[in-house]
Amino acid sequence: MDMAVQKAFTEEASAIPAPSKKVKVVARDVNVFYSEKQALKDVSVDIPEHAVMAFIGPSGCGKSTFLRCINRMNDTIPTCRVTGTIEIDGADIYDPKLDVVQLRARVGMVFQKPNPFPKSVYENVAYGPRIHGLARSKAELDDIVASSLKRAGLFDEVKDRLLDSGTGLSGGQQQRLCIARAIAVEPEIILMDEPCSALDPIATAKIEELMEELAETYTIVIVTHSMQQAARVSQRTAFFHLGELVEEGPTEAIFNAPKDKRTQDYITGRFG
Amino acid sequence: MAGLYFLALAALVAAGFFVGRSRALAVAGDDYVGLHSLPAYHGLFVACGILAPMLVVYAVGAPLVAKLAEANASAAFPPDIQSDALTRGSALRDAINLSVGQYSGQASETLKEAAEAYGRTISTGSWSVLGLGLLSALMAAGCCAALISKPFRARNHVERFVTVVLLICAAVAVLTTVGIVLSVATETYRFFFDPHLRGKPGVFDFLFGTEWNPQEALRADQGDIRAAFGFIPLLTGTLLITFIAICVAGPLGLFSAIYLSEYATHRFRAFAKPILEVLAGIPTVVLGFFAALTVAPHIRGWGEYFGLNVASESALAAGLVMGMMVIPFISSLSDDVINAVPQSLRDGAYALGSTRSETIKRVVLPAALPGIVSAFMLAISRAIGETMIVVMAAGLAANLTFNPLEAVTTITVQIKTILVGDQEFDSAKTLAAFALGFVLFFVTLLLNIIALQVVRRYR
Amino acid sequence: MDLTSGAAQARVRRRYRAEARFRAYGLVALAVAGVFLVALIADIVRKGLPAFTQHALVLDVAVPADLVDQQVRTDPVAIRGADYFPVMRDALKAAIPNIESRSAEKTLTRLLSAGAANRLASMIVADPTLIGRTVKVPLLLSANADLYFKGTGVGTPITERSGRGIATPSGTSGEITILVSSNDFAENLVAIKRGLGERASLLTAEANRLQRFGSASLADRIKELHEEAAALRARVEQPKVEEALDSNVPSLLVAINGGLVKITKLGDMGITGEVLLPLGSRADAQPGDWKIVTYETAESNRKATDQEVAFLERFKTLGAVEASFNTLFFVGGDSREPELAGIRGALTGSALTLLVTLVLCLPIGVLAAIYLEEFAPRNRLTDLIEVNINNLAAVPSIVFGLLGLAMFLNFFGLPRSAPLVGGLVLGLLVLPTIIIAARAALKAVPPSIKEAALGVGASHQQAVLHHILPLAVPGIMTGAIIGMAHALGETAPLLMIGMVAFIVDVPKTLTEAATVLPVQIYLWSDLPEPAFQYKTAAAIMVLLMFLFAMNGIAIWLRKKFERRW
Repeated sequence: MDMAVQKAFTEEASAIPAPSKKVKVVARDVNVFYSEKQALKDVSVDIPEHAVMAFIGPSGCGKSTFLRCINRMNDTIPTCRVTGTIEIDGADIYDPKLDVVQLRARVGMVFQKPNPFPKSVYENVAYGPRIHGLARSKAELDDIVASSLKRAGLFDEVKDRLLDSGTGLSGGQQQRLCIARAIAVEPEIILMDEPCSALDPIATAKIEELMEELAETYTIVIVTHSMQQAARVSQRTAFFHLGELVEEGPTEAIFNAPKDKRTQDYITGRFG
Repeated sequence: MAGLYFLALAALVAAGFFVGRSRALAVAGDDYVGLHSLPAYHGLFVACGILAPMLVVYAVGAPLVAKLAEANASAAFPPDIQSDALTRGSALRDAINLSVGQYSGQASETLKEAAEAYGRTISTGSWSVLGLGLLSALMAAGCCAALISKPFRARNHVERFVTVVLLICAAVAVLTTVGIVLSVATETYRFFFDPHLRGKPGVFDFLFGTEWNPQEALRADQGDIRAAFGFIPLLTGTLLITFIAICVAGPLGLFSAIYLSEYATHRFRAFAKPILEVLAGIPTVVLGFFAALTVAPHIRGWGEYFGLNVASESALAAGLVMGMMVIPFISSLSDDVINAVPQSLRDGAYALGSTRSETIKRVVLPAALPGIVSAFMLAISRAIGETMIVVMAAGLAANLTFNPLEAVTTITVQIKTILVGDQEFDSAKTLAAFALGFVLFFVTLLLNIIALQVVRRYR
Repeated sequence: MDLTSGAAQARVRRRYRAEARFRAYGLVALAVAGVFLVALIADIVRKGLPAFTQHALVLDVAVPADLVDQQVRTDPVAIRGADYFPVMRDALKAAIPNIESRSAEKTLTRLLSAGAANRLASMIVADPTLIGRTVKVPLLLSANADLYFKGTGVGTPITERSGRGIATPSGTSGEITILVSSNDFAENLVAIKRGLGERASLLTAEANRLQRFGSASLADRIKELHEEAAALRARVEQPKVEEALDSNVPSLLVAINGGLVKITKLGDMGITGEVLLPLGSRADAQPGDWKIVTYETAESNRKATDQEVAFLERFKTLGAVEASFNTLFFVGGDSREPELAGIRGALTGSALTLLVTLVLCLPIGVLAAIYLEEFAPRNRLTDLIEVNINNLAAVPSIVFGLLGLAMFLNFFGLPRSAPLVGGLVLGLLVLPTIIIAARAALKAVPPSIKEAALGVGASHQQAVLHHILPLAVPGIMTGAIIGMAHALGETAPLLMIGMVAFIVDVPKTLTEAATVLPVQIYLWSDLPEPAFQYKTAAAIMVLLMFLFAMNGIAIWLRKKFERRW
């Protein structure tokens, strides 16, 4: 690709108007170290509210690590150290005075492998509201469980077996149960760490559909291996490579007119 | 009194929980979701706030009161009793027994006086401890309850409290070790260096003496009985029995482990492993019974048949049965280390056309050698520290011999013999048992530390 | 490489033989362990089984009207305190009448246990109207008499044959002679002499065998053997001479006119003997009406004397001997009398001790494990705690006994021999086991569960308490049961803190003196009475039963809740 074409793409990309929405998460110069090894280098990114943002990149590029910084799940790894700032609605989430538990209530998470608690479907969804004191009575809790399951598109499938074990559901159902569990605590942001990697295409389609619906109320950040998925569900995409944020922008721009050579190589399938 | 205190404690803690919880609900009003922590955490916060000071008050107060009461009681005794530690101790015990109504003899006036002083101090002391405890609890409860508000992070405070409790529990294991070291070390120090102790040996005499006879002349006409604390015969006896045990258990355990890990089919393993596990689970007192009443007479019988004079408490009988006890230790640890040898090493040997046994002998065992050595070390440590088998099947006489058909005695047998039954705590004989315990503890500790360090690398 | 040459093939064959040998070593090693285990358990079961039954004499006992005073007829204390000895003696003498010799009477009463009247007393307590009536009641036999009926080497095989001539006894009791019209005893005399001859050759053979070893220390013994053999041969040389029977040859007896006479001097046609069971009359006994009885084991080689055997056999013929399950073994406390000794005290002591152990080490162990597995920062202190726990698990148990003695008894002044102290010591002893097992169980819960909980905003402690710990419970329980089994079988540290006292009463509190099952086994195994050896083995069976049951439950738990994630 010669310079002229490159330039044209760039201009075209910048011509696409950025989403006019408010920025929810602002990350500046985020570095993550595991012991001595640096996993993320100076990552700065803005995540818009009420939209789906996708992080793509080859394995081990740091996209999951960055995702886990947003709800401070990295705190559970003793050797992990994070520098830089991440703000949600203007408040630094690494402020020592901040209660990490409350942060995680605001920032829900869905994991790569469905990980329902080995308890009933009902208990799975009710657990969050219960520990956060979101319901004063059993009836309120029932309502929260039912509406969460409905929003996760699972209610009709499990309404007769709410008391059966959550681990007895199919993979796709389990993952939607995990989504229901995450939204039951009314988070503002939902982080999804390759939520469909363990699922078949039909289950994947359902989850993707669900993401689109959820984006109306929540800010969604998804890490994915699949560029097609990123293209299908996200409004903005960020490309990570070797711990660096290489490029970030509207999804169409990233896919149609990547500015960076590495991005281009990746999306055209030269590596990854 | 302790019962009353802890009853009050339980009641206050429960009350504190409910007060905290309802207060949290009250401050929340309609904005239930606005509370930082669940109401139950506010309740627990107040409960912890009550529990901690009350426990501290008791832990400090109760021994203090006891010490004070003893001091007051002994103040009532005449000076000649007070000056002698031994008589003061027994007089004090009498006074305490009289005070709690368990004294059986005719009490003298002085004793009654002392008992009364003791009882008085205990009673006032206990009530003050209770009062102090209640006061601290109420103050703490007040402070805690005052802190409760919507943004108050009760959960975080409770969790910090819980973490401290968890840490204390983990520290119990360390405290146990400290307790062991303290108890054997102080008594051992007294054994060697206490100036008031009669008949104590020098460190050199102890370590290199060849005669062991802890009996002491109790009466003047027993002048010919002289206590001797030479450690060598016990050491040789212990080593002899341990050696026999390892000679039995070493090959048996190692070959069992090799067969189980390298040859056995899954089904055979499922059948053979429990045999070793059951063997490991049999109490040593049972093995001791078997050694003393079945194995030893048989060995004696065979020995007689060959014209050998076998002692009825021969080292051989004890060693053989101890070897059986040790087999599972060697086999299970060796099994682990052999399994930890990477398959790639074996594959390399097979690829050169080695048979299985050649692979095992040339590749697997050398690779697993440090682990196997540490398995042996742990087994030796077990055998040295084993008590019941030798108590029941080995002898008491400290013979300095390496003949497995003779009776020998071991460190553990001597500790048990000296300390079981009536003993005065300040005699050289009793303290000698602690010196033996000291040696036993540190020898096994050394073996264990080295062995465990190696094993840890394998796991 | 040539693999077809003869040398190469031989080499391969040799290598395969080495392979087979090596493999066989492994099997042999496992077989030795297996054989040892089987021998151990078989030996214990063989010794222990007899202790589970108990024999009693069921006799008609006339309870005298004046057994207790009229006023206290229904008072249990008075009834139990009454003197039952004469009552039982009379019942025995009624069953075997006309015994005149004092020593025989003493032997007879000693067949009964010191606690023989307990059952009768209980019956009277339950129904005081029995006083003044005759009751059929089982009277407990003494340990030796009990063993006699169990066929455990106390007694002797018995053979008998009918007499051919007419036998004339000279009296009915005391020392009597019996003259016989035929030479009925000739063959016994021959047999006796032959027996003497055989014994003489045995002694000579043994002397010659020892001679071969040529050890100087054996010279005296060899000389002794030769002399003994010569003396025996001298007796064999004179075939017709009357032979006095001693306790080294099988006992010969004559059963005649309902009585039993032990032969002390044996002639061809007549004997002199001592009456063991009184004869009914001095009348002549016709051929076939009297018998020659042989107790095959020489009296000196068995526990039961001829007199005792005679009595016990008579009770057997009377149908008075009753065998029943030995409930006393399970409901009684320890006793100096083997037949009365039971394990209830030790079992209760074990239960109380284990209760303390469990209460101490389960919570502490689990909480410590949670701390180390979940919350401990990775630093040197944590490392130290970890190394320390692993080492503590390998410290000899007797050292924990020293800790208990120095710390709990001497420093803190806790009571000696008490289950409380025993439980504390065992608690510290099994604490490392429980911590290690609990950590393994916590570690086995997949991290995804913890992440899920943290992801919905649970705090670390909430994630552990609500999710990880409940999932680890089966593993922790398994570890706890195995730890408790370990504690149940532990003996040495309890000896140190004085739990070896002889305690008859069943303990009721944590601070009174008690003993535990393994210590009871140790104490009994030290006692000389053979009956206690059987009791020891029986107690071991009970202990092993508990241990197997506990381990079985642990394995079952593990299997049932084993989860693959």
